[in-house]
Amino acid sequence: MRVALFVPCYVDQFYPQVAVATLELLEGLGIEVVVPKDQTCCGQPMANSGFAHITSSCDQNFHQNFDGFDYIVGPSGSCILHLKEHHPNPKIRESVFEICEFLVDILKVKSLTAHFPHRIGLHQSCHGQRGLHLSSMTELNEKPFSKLTYLLDMVSGLSYKYPKRADECCGFGGTFCVTEEAVSVRMGEDRILEHQANEVEYIVGADTSCLMHMEGILRRQGSKTKVKHIVEILNHA
Amino acid sequence: MLNHAEASEKFIADAERTTWHDETLWFVRSKRDKVSKLLPEWEELREQASSIKDHTLANLAQYLEKFEAQAQANGIIIHWAKDALEHNQIVHSITAKHGGKALVKSKSMLTEECHLNDYLIKQGIEVVDTDLGERIVQFRNEAPSHIVLPAIHLKREDVGETFHEFLGTPKGNKDPQFLTEAARQHLRGHFLAADVAITGVNFAIAETGEFVVCTNEGNADMGAHLSKVHIACMGLEKILPQRKDLGVFLRLLARSATGQLITTYSSHFVRPRPGQEMHIVIVNNGRTRQLARPEFRNSLKCIRCAACFNTCPVYRRSGGHSYHQPVAGPIGSILAPNFDKASNVDLPFASTLCGSCSNVCPVKINIHEQLWLWRQDLMKDGLAPAVKSFSMKGMAFVLSSPKIFRLAGFFGRTIMRYMPFLVNNSLNPWSKQREMPKPPKESFQDWYKNRK
Repeated sequence: MRVALFVPCYVDQFYPQVAVATLELLEGLGIEVVVPKDQTCCGQPMANSGFAHITSSCDQNFHQNFDGFDYIVGPSGSCILHLKEHHPNPKIRESVFEICEFLVDILKVKSLTAHFPHRIGLHQSCHGQRGLHLSSMTELNEKPFSKLTYLLDMVSGLSYKYPKRADECCGFGGTFCVTEEAVSVRMGEDRILEHQANEVEYIVGADTSCLMHMEGILRRQGSKTKVKHIVEILNHA
Repeated sequence: MLNHAEASEKFIADAERTTWHDETLWFVRSKRDKVSKLLPEWEELREQASSIKDHTLANLAQYLEKFEAQAQANGIIIHWAKDALEHNQIVHSITAKHGGKALVKSKSMLTEECHLNDYLIKQGIEVVDTDLGERIVQFRNEAPSHIVLPAIHLKREDVGETFHEFLGTPKGNKDPQFLTEAARQHLRGHFLAADVAITGVNFAIAETGEFVVCTNEGNADMGAHLSKVHIACMGLEKILPQRKDLGVFLRLLARSATGQLITTYSSHFVRPRPGQEMHIVIVNNGRTRQLARPEFRNSLKCIRCAACFNTCPVYRRSGGHSYHQPVAGPIGSILAPNFDKASNVDLPFASTLCGSCSNVCPVKINIHEQLWLWRQDLMKDGLAPAVKSFSMKGMAFVLSSPKIFRLAGFFGRTIMRYMPFLVNNSLNPWSKQREMPKPPKESFQDWYKNRK
């Protein structure tokens, strides 16, 4: 099994600990992981802004870095969904996996040694949830399930809570967060309020971008609530 | 005209009203969730509705002609309008022929789209909207902010004020029951005096030539039953092949729209009663243009339930008027560029692409995917502001070269660490109400390089 780690550009630059945790988690499960060193970005920031027609060299760079792997695994539902839906190469589209779906569906992980004695609030990022179907969605008449909680249930000491509106968007939305700044922040504030009502210590999700947005608001508010990517918990000793 | 982002910022400035607006519409969404989950066959129903509509759109000409022939056989007069102006002219000429001076109209988003009221008023004809919410916004000279709940942006205090001004209700009275009764008495006179009644059309049945109008207030029926002339205005996508298809659509419509099991009145109009004249105006107004675009054609499946409005986290926090279009919300944002690209270029961007709209849509329109596709279409047409185009090209350049990316990242993080004021200032929309991420000393790739 040839596995490559895809580290989204902003994770590489601002949240290296998320990529480190993903790498260590996979290695801990006995997987040999290759980290292509010339990777940059999936192209989503341009494409979601209406500029998919100028991402070809970005797509090419991705292809050059990730050609020939059985699985391309990354800790971001949104970037993975973008690649799955829009990367021009069909082999790339088929081999990309979000880390949680990789752990559950491909590695079929049954237990983890993680310990995280904290109360967390679960943020279901839209692209992971509605795009990759990491969990059931409140709009649909479907059987409830969640790959995230399936994994979190393996962590000792942990308790988790859903906010009142279990799967409402946090308002990040890529460049939406700056072009529609007022709505974006208001959406983030509303999510945070519901998590705070649950008295959680951490807001946890599978997409660093949502967390970066909520963290930005939390820090401006001087709040004690922190954010964490789910892999940081799954990899927590 | 303000664009969506500017108008939203103004809306949100009233934080308390935004909370109220968001919670009121969320309540409607929750009711929708509850009743839809009472039907084990819910997802199947959506699938069925979607395929009936796909089939109908694929055979639209045939069904429209069949509908026309059946309706004519029933004694209904059919008119075809290629655009809004022709629609307005037809309605006016029918009214004028009967010497009509006063007209009552039940809810019809099509007539909003065509700006019929303005047109008729200019011709000296009085138009009274008889849907309670629409009457309220008509008094205030506003557009509906929601296609099912036209006055949802107003609180009962606002309605009390408006009625005080226009209907002479006591100042300060905001009791919903009292105000509704005042509206009822006021509208009664207009119903009795109207020469012509206009209604919309929810469904037109090709097989039988009948059409169905759904209202909760019964105002469409009241108008149509009292006046000598009934004009029903419909977009050409309202066709269903057979009467039995209604069993699918009527169940979906009310549940999706308001969480009701059925709309209070689902009235079937088949033929004019003796002495009455019944007209149907079938309107194109750009619909065949949309039909010819494979990636956007299924937006014409819409049955105007507004479930996508109620679930949209952006709509709930920005209000319908921020969309500056008769049909707001996610569905409005994919319909609007078909009318005019340049003036609606902001709308497909008024979304986080969260996808909730597509999930609640009773006819399974892939709304959020079409938002994405419109973005591509509009930017390719060169409708991006120069700054955006420039920054996108810059970003694409940096991200396609690993060396430049590493360098830019290094400088970016260094600047943020040592000169945070360069990014944490009011010129950066991110940091107006948010902190920038704390930049780490080394990137992941730096760490990885030194790991072994």
